[in-house]
Amino acid sequence: MALPLHATTGEKIWYYAFRTICGLIFFFLIAPIIVVIPLSFNAVPFFTFTEAMLTFDPAGYSLKWYQDFFTDLNWQGAVKNSFIIAVFSTLIATALGTVAALGLSRPEMPARTMIMGILISPMIVPLIIAAAGMFFFYSDIGLASTHIGVILAHAAMGTPFVVITVTATLVGFDHSLTRAAAMLGANPTRTFFKVIVPLILPGVISGALFAFVTSFDEVVVVRFVGSYQQRTIPWAMFSGLREQISPTILAVATLLVILSVLMLTTVELLRRRSDRIRGIDQ
Amino acid sequence: MTSATATDANPAGTGEVMTADGVPLRISLARARRRSRNRALLLVAPLFLFVLITFFIPILSMLFRSVENQIVGETLPHTVEALQQWDESGGDLPPEEVYAALVEDLRIANETKTAGKVGRRMNYEKSGFASLFRTTARRIKRIEAPYKETLIKAKKDWGELETWQVLKRESDAYTLSYYLAAVDFSYTPTGEVLKLPDDRSLYVGLFWRTIWMSLLITVLCLILAYPISYLLSTLPVKTSNLLMILVLLPFWTSLLVRTSAWIALLQKEGVINDLLVWVGLIGDEHRLTMIHNATGTIVAMTHVLLPFMVLPLYSVMKTIPPSYMRAARSLGATPFMAFVRVYMPNTVPGIGAGALLVFIISIGYYITPALVGGQSGTLISNFIAYHLSISLNWGLAAALGTILLVLVLALYILYDKIVGIDNMKMG
Repeated sequence: MALPLHATTGEKIWYYAFRTICGLIFFFLIAPIIVVIPLSFNAVPFFTFTEAMLTFDPAGYSLKWYQDFFTDLNWQGAVKNSFIIAVFSTLIATALGTVAALGLSRPEMPARTMIMGILISPMIVPLIIAAAGMFFFYSDIGLASTHIGVILAHAAMGTPFVVITVTATLVGFDHSLTRAAAMLGANPTRTFFKVIVPLILPGVISGALFAFVTSFDEVVVVRFVGSYQQRTIPWAMFSGLREQISPTILAVATLLVILSVLMLTTVELLRRRSDRIRGIDQ
Repeated sequence: MTSATATDANPAGTGEVMTADGVPLRISLARARRRSRNRALLLVAPLFLFVLITFFIPILSMLFRSVENQIVGETLPHTVEALQQWDESGGDLPPEEVYAALVEDLRIANETKTAGKVGRRMNYEKSGFASLFRTTARRIKRIEAPYKETLIKAKKDWGELETWQVLKRESDAYTLSYYLAAVDFSYTPTGEVLKLPDDRSLYVGLFWRTIWMSLLITVLCLILAYPISYLLSTLPVKTSNLLMILVLLPFWTSLLVRTSAWIALLQKEGVINDLLVWVGLIGDEHRLTMIHNATGTIVAMTHVLLPFMVLPLYSVMKTIPPSYMRAARSLGATPFMAFVRVYMPNTVPGIGAGALLVFIISIGYYITPALVGGQSGTLISNFIAYHLSISLNWGLAAALGTILLVLVLALYILYDKIVGIDNMKMG
């Protein structure tokens, strides 16, 4: 919507005013995330810019919060737990979710709406309610404060994303391809790995990424189902923000921003690839 | 399909089409359909069972906990049985048998160390019960017949009618008292339902505050999302994809990162206050309190939930052909008229989807209000968490949770009717 040459003054004013407003809103969206990055290099333990930082005095900057993060056992334990829990829960969620999506997208699937409703309920139910329910139930069966308990809980919460993304990839799926494979002599297993998997792979991977992020960013359930032994990065950040505020949290935040940039790029590349494979024009 | 193929009419002459192996086509088809239906079900079954066990049943069992009250009957079985005979509205204390039964129950409870538990449970109904049970159980060895007399001598609460009325009322295996507490009502000792005085009412106000703040956040998100979604949908694809990163990056960034960023920005010694002091808008001693109150919660949550509004709005706006506006203009509408009468009605599905989604998420939000909400900015979820982990009144936590869950599910049914859960878009 470029400004036409014959625009009146009023239209011009409106055009630039509108763009300014949009610019401010974009600023509101992105500024808080950007601000974290320089603050994490603060030489003093404050959550704000110091005089030395504003004058670009090298003495105002330091890497000590990063050093603190990489040497502190509390944080390193959290990193380890975060990855263990996220990787295993993603594996479970992706495997179960992909297979279920294959079933759900078959036209002869009975009671589809009801089953879909139950399968995506972990995405709908407020986290605190899920946390409360799991807290009671997992304590009763002895899985509270164990890695397995947290992994199972996170896997359940990640599955809706896998189901939704894989089902979406299967919407344009041409079922004559599997018939063609069968006709050419492939057995169902071979058909699955050679024909179906390559086609739905982008959906599977982006579903897996969603499941991974869900677990990696989850704090409510892990706080109730787990204990200090299962502390994850968000868990440590949450208690850090509540107790003693140290810029180490901002250093962690910066590293997480970099991680999310990587994730965003991957998902975007996958989406383009998927659209290309399925022949959807951009 | 099956390998069977339809052939000519069967020899019996009933006119039914037969397959090559002599089975009527109708039956053969039904069998094939059943087989492929079972195959579909088999594929879904593992996940279905998994979600059922790890997620669905835990939540159902939590719902059950909000009415469950077995502890009284289990710890004090004889007392509960003896109390059945007693008329609580008669005005007399229970007879000697009830006291004897209580002593018997408390002897066992003292050995199994369950007296404290039942005391804590009863304390939710009437304060004082916890210490009453604890002390009585501790002294139970010294209590001798006649029990009524010695018990009242040991703890004079046992001589009060109200104690026994409350105990009898809560002796059933199920109770509604948690739900009553969750909506600021309570039982009188004789079992009538009464509204709590205003100074002790908490939860109804809290539910209203949660709804009101969620509405405010939804409206703020809509106001902020509408212009940028419009801009994104009208710009050339290359530019809009680039600007879309500004929406997607916050969406993908950890919630804790965004919340800590807002703490850094909003706190008293934070970036915004420093900036305002530096510019000279406010004095150093008049720094604004923007955090640990409702303002903090609203600002941070609007930021966190804004992408959830932009994405559905954008996907709807992209489908509106620009020719609609041009047609309206050429028919004589002013730009404003064309926008309000032609463009906006077309975006209603996006507004509905985004607004409902943001509202549903914010109504059950916990983390951000817990960190930046302070006193005035906490929502119902924070109280559920408080009762779960600090006050340990799990029944009340479950009752509050159930009410919240019903609210959210009702909104989701609405969402499903308007948007369709299948159409939910991510990323």
